[in-house]
Amino acid sequence: MVEGWAREAHGLFRSHGVRQVGYVPDAGLSDLITACEGDNDIRTVLLTSEEEGVGLAAGAWLGGEKAALLMQSSGVGNTVNAIGSIITACQMPLFLVVTMRGQYGESNPWQIPMGQAVTPVLQSLGVRVFEVESDREAADAIEAGLKMAFLSNAAVAVLIGQRLIGAKSFIADVAEETRHVGA
Amino acid sequence: MSGPELERDEVVSRLMQARGDALLITGLGSPGWDAAASDHRPENFYLWGGMGCAVMTGLGCALARPDRKVWVLTGDGDALMGIGSLATVAVQRPENLAIIVLDNEHYGETGMQPTHTFHGTDLAAMAAGAGIPVTALVRDDDGLSGLIDMLDGGRMPLFAAVKVRAGKPKPVLPPRDGTYLKTRFRQAVLGPTEAVQPR
Ligand SMILES: Cc1ncc(C[n+]2csc(CCOP(=O)(O)OP(=O)(O)O)c2C)c(N)n1
Ligand SMILES: [Mg+2]
Repeated sequence: MVEGWAREAHGLFRSHGVRQVGYVPDAGLSDLITACEGDNDIRTVLLTSEEEGVGLAAGAWLGGEKAALLMQSSGVGNTVNAIGSIITACQMPLFLVVTMRGQYGESNPWQIPMGQAVTPVLQSLGVRVFEVESDREAADAIEAGLKMAFLSNAAVAVLIGQRLIGAKSFIADVAEETRHVGA
Repeated sequence: MSGPELERDEVVSRLMQARGDALLITGLGSPGWDAAASDHRPENFYLWGGMGCAVMTGLGCALARPDRKVWVLTGDGDALMGIGSLATVAVQRPENLAIIVLDNEHYGETGMQPTHTFHGTDLAAMAAGAGIPVTALVRDDDGLSGLIDMLDGGRMPLFAAVKVRAGKPKPVLPPRDGTYLKTRFRQAVLGPTEAVQPR
């Protein structure tokens, strides 16, 4: 059973008429992906790279539909040119839900540089960034962001903080059979 | 070995004659110029940037408008940069999407540097490998007639790479204001009110 912010997000996608959801999976997104996949009114689009999602969202809007994109913070790095060159240049709506890595309590050093860069990179492209750390904040920001994106032709990213996602999402850190090898 | 025999402007003009009311997304650069030269209309969305994104823009539009055919007309350089999109299209299987690549084996707009297709990469084979059910590699007039038949009544999604001569494309420039192109396209597809009053 999907609960917490993911459940709220799915409900808000429905009530705001989001019809296409593009994603590259992240552990922290799995509940929201499951909820969208189980919804006959929403077309989920599995992407090979997050950049594809930006084209998808632009095309959906041209055809009169609203799209949302789900990605991990590293995936934001894959979207940069498409956001700047299409979304910002054409003042198209864009709505991103980004599950953060590389911040609060990160255990993989390779996640930290891109995770730290997400907010400044998105802001430098003209994307409004809402950082949230609780279920309640997430639901409020998703509602506000959906409104802003599709009524004000804005690009909005809601960053789901690592404090909210929790360490349990990082499967290898908690698996019992995990072994560590050294030099 | 001699190069491709088809001329891109003739190919595009024949395609546009067969287009009917299909919506058109063009990849950045020369494919947009070709479309502007032979069939400039509000149902054309010309990408002026976002290299690699033409196919996905077409997919988003095709999923949004299952009642309309959507054609993507793009270059080999753009198609290569967004190559994963072919797998994404194959998974979605939109029955109204056609992807047509004008494969001049070069990056035309930037000074005709060879692309991977010049060195042997086969885009139609990559599309087939991605799982797109109908693919074609068009090299001559007969092939082009076959493609036009497929676009008319054949199965989709369809991917075709059309080998064209790497001549200098004629600069026929469509409008470059993206906000204008977006609204104009939406007005043509959605009607004057819904285009600007989204619900
Ligand atoms: C991300 C990105 N990289 C490079 C460029 C420079 N560029 C503009 S058009 C183009 C070539 C496009 O080639 P192709 O899609 O084959 O079209 P053609 O002009 O050959 O028909 C390139 C490399 C760009 N605009 N964006
Ligand atoms: Mg080319």
